[in-house]
Amino acid sequence: MREVAALKRTTRTRLWRYGTNVAIILVLVALGIAADWGVIEQNFWNPLGVALSDGNWGDLITIGAVNTVKYTAIAFAGGLALAVVLALMRMSPIATLNWIATVYVEFFRGLPALIVILFMGFGVPIAFQWYPPGGLVGAGLLALIMVAGAYMAETLRAGIQAVPKGQTEAARSLGMGPMSTMFKVVLPQAFRVVIPPLTNEFVLLIKDTALLSVIGAEFNGRELTTVARDFQSSGPSSGTATSLIQAALLYLVITIPLTQLVAWLERRQRKATR
Amino acid sequence: MTHSATPELLPEFAVPAIDVRGLHKYFGPNEVLKGIDFHVDPGQVVCVIGPSGSGKSTLLRCVNRLEEPTSGEILIEGIDICDPEVDVDDVRSRIGMVFQQFNLFPHLSVLRNLTLAQRTVRGRGKAEAVEIARQNLAKVGLSEKESAYPAHLSGGQQQRVAIARALSMNPDMMLFDEPTSALDPELVGDVLAVMKDLASEGMTMMVVTHEMGFAREVGNKLVFMDGGVVVEEGLPADVLSEPQHERTQAFLSKVL
Repeated sequence: MREVAALKRTTRTRLWRYGTNVAIILVLVALGIAADWGVIEQNFWNPLGVALSDGNWGDLITIGAVNTVKYTAIAFAGGLALAVVLALMRMSPIATLNWIATVYVEFFRGLPALIVILFMGFGVPIAFQWYPPGGLVGAGLLALIMVAGAYMAETLRAGIQAVPKGQTEAARSLGMGPMSTMFKVVLPQAFRVVIPPLTNEFVLLIKDTALLSVIGAEFNGRELTTVARDFQSSGPSSGTATSLIQAALLYLVITIPLTQLVAWLERRQRKATR
Repeated sequence: MTHSATPELLPEFAVPAIDVRGLHKYFGPNEVLKGIDFHVDPGQVVCVIGPSGSGKSTLLRCVNRLEEPTSGEILIEGIDICDPEVDVDDVRSRIGMVFQQFNLFPHLSVLRNLTLAQRTVRGRGKAEAVEIARQNLAKVGLSEKESAYPAHLSGGQQQRVAIARALSMNPDMMLFDEPTSALDPELVGDVLAVMKDLASEGMTMMVVTHEMGFAREVGNKLVFMDGGVVVEEGLPADVLSEPQHERTQAFLSKVL
């Protein structure tokens, strides 16, 4: 102990960190040796399921992943359009517009997206005998648009308010009306500010499309999670979680580049504003 | 009070470009303008000076209704712009305004800064708008910067672009709100030179400024404001060298 105490403080800290690393690695290696890899492979990476031909990959990618990206794009575009309207309403001097938008945003931000999807998929059609275009998927997408619009409206409003007041004054002093000032001067600058948070919202939406699996879809309209769930009950690796692991990997292939893109955009913006 | 008003005698020729009558402006409970009577005749350069908080910028901003007057009249070329029937956008398009902080549109190139309002407000075609923009850029000496973005220009260059942007609307008059106050001292001269050229072309100008040299040399009239009222006005040389009012004397003794 005396030798340890005699060491310099920085040396002791370094030794302590080194020892912790070694201990954690030893535990991991022990777990790896103790684990029954046969069982794990059978249930989570079943050779029949992950086979390149006749496995799950074909439908997971060409139907599931493709639809997931497609639905995300639709929900994002629709949500963004709704968000622009809501954000403008929230900043409107007309009290009722302001009030309606505020209630809408608070309402849909406070609800689980799943409730809204079930409501649009099963509640509204039964109550009003009205079926959204696109069937159940259409209803689910409408629900995602309604929820995403509420979130993005707040992001956009913050972005619009971050544009200096002098910009509006300059445009108005040139004789530009409130609308062309908003769409040609303020919004283009607001969008620059909100591109990173909106990309984040896009990533959240990719994951939220998985909720559509609760309302089902026709065979070629299934998104990634639905396809993976179907492969759990039928197909080459049925009865195992293999298809879920595969779907998870495909989600990561889509989302990780996007989150990296967000990080890069944020770094670039910090540099630009300095 | 050397200026003799003549509108009663020759209404057709002597309608002031800017005529402010009994203007009051409150921000909440604070009375910022306490009954201002003020006018600028066509072709005149009127400089407004005064300590900060005297209301001089608020007065200027009321002239194109960036601030809404609480009471009083503002006549632009004889038309009361506070009348609800008046199209305020149309009035503003005839009044150029230059801001202390330039307020160029940072997402647009210099050329597009100059063409945007021409196209959306004046309805000019692209070729015509670009041609007018280039003439005005040449006038402020920045022809070579037309494709640059505002962030890549110095403060003095930005302010000259802002002047060119206002001129591209072919305004009848120009308002300047402390146009050189945000500039490094060595850049002030270029902006003042552009303003001097404008004045010599006969542009009607209302200039809120701290540049006493400019006021003396270019101004036709100097107005001293303090505490929300016009304290003294007259020929710049007279006001600057022989201020009548003691508040004017106190202010000038600090800045000159």
